[in-house]
Amino acid sequence: MIDIIISLLLLLGTFFILSGSLGILRFPDVYSRLHAATKAATLGVAGVLLGSFLYLLFDQGIVSGKLLLGIVFVLITAPISGHMISRAAYNSGVELWEKTKRDHLKNESK
Amino acid sequence: MAIQIIFNLLIAVMWMFLSESYTVLSFFIGLFIGMGLLFFLRRFVPDIFYVIRLYRIVKLNLIFLRELILSSVSIVALAYKPKLDIEPGIFALPIEVKSSWEIALLGNLISLTPGTLSVAVADDNSKIYIHAMDLPDVEASITEIKETFEKAIMEVTR
Repeated sequence: MIDIIISLLLLLGTFFILSGSLGILRFPDVYSRLHAATKAATLGVAGVLLGSFLYLLFDQGIVSGKLLLGIVFVLITAPISGHMISRAAYNSGVELWEKTKRDHLKNESK
Repeated sequence: MAIQIIFNLLIAVMWMFLSESYTVLSFFIGLFIGMGLLFFLRRFVPDIFYVIRLYRIVKLNLIFLRELILSSVSIVALAYKPKLDIEPGIFALPIEVKSSWEIALLGNLISLTPGTLSVAVADDNSKIYIHAMDLPDVEASITEIKETFEKAIMEVTR
């Protein structure tokens, strides 16, 4: 039973990481690529780490606090890096996709 | 909230000394007795009863988890869509939270919710600029974020 849960977590995690990478390749501009990088990849890494935590716990009998801490830090830092990269991109004048509807940030002091 | 937790821990240790059994079990019994005492004396200690605040923190975390999973699913669905028919855009979200701690938390939560990514914070901390993946209706997105996250954050910090 626990084997199935662990395998599901690992598979789902890798699936989300794969889809995130696909999104990074397919999406049109920096900002929408960051969407894929921050969200899907975060959940994917968290799923893989949780799966390995459960494996170590039930198969080897080790409580690995480092893996749990890893999940927490990925969850905290991924959106921050996304925010910093998008802000740096906007401030250095990276163009938005041509189909972008509105841009309230234009003409505002940043 | 901190002072209440310290009181509660003190009461738990006192209970261990009173009952002269220094075990984890008696510590937890003392913890529960302290919780009860603080509940009945809640009008005389500053701040609201801290268990309520803990409950709100847990609630915020659950909201966060739910939104993270939903947003990942929507991004994955978009990544496999053969034709990209999205309308991205950047919109300004007026915020009520003031301290930099609350703004950082709100920005983080926005980045991990479906279709939104915080791009910049205005100089006077009055707005967050958000890039949205699909933005048919600005007003709807603004009210959604304000209703779920800002409310939950303000419940925790106020």
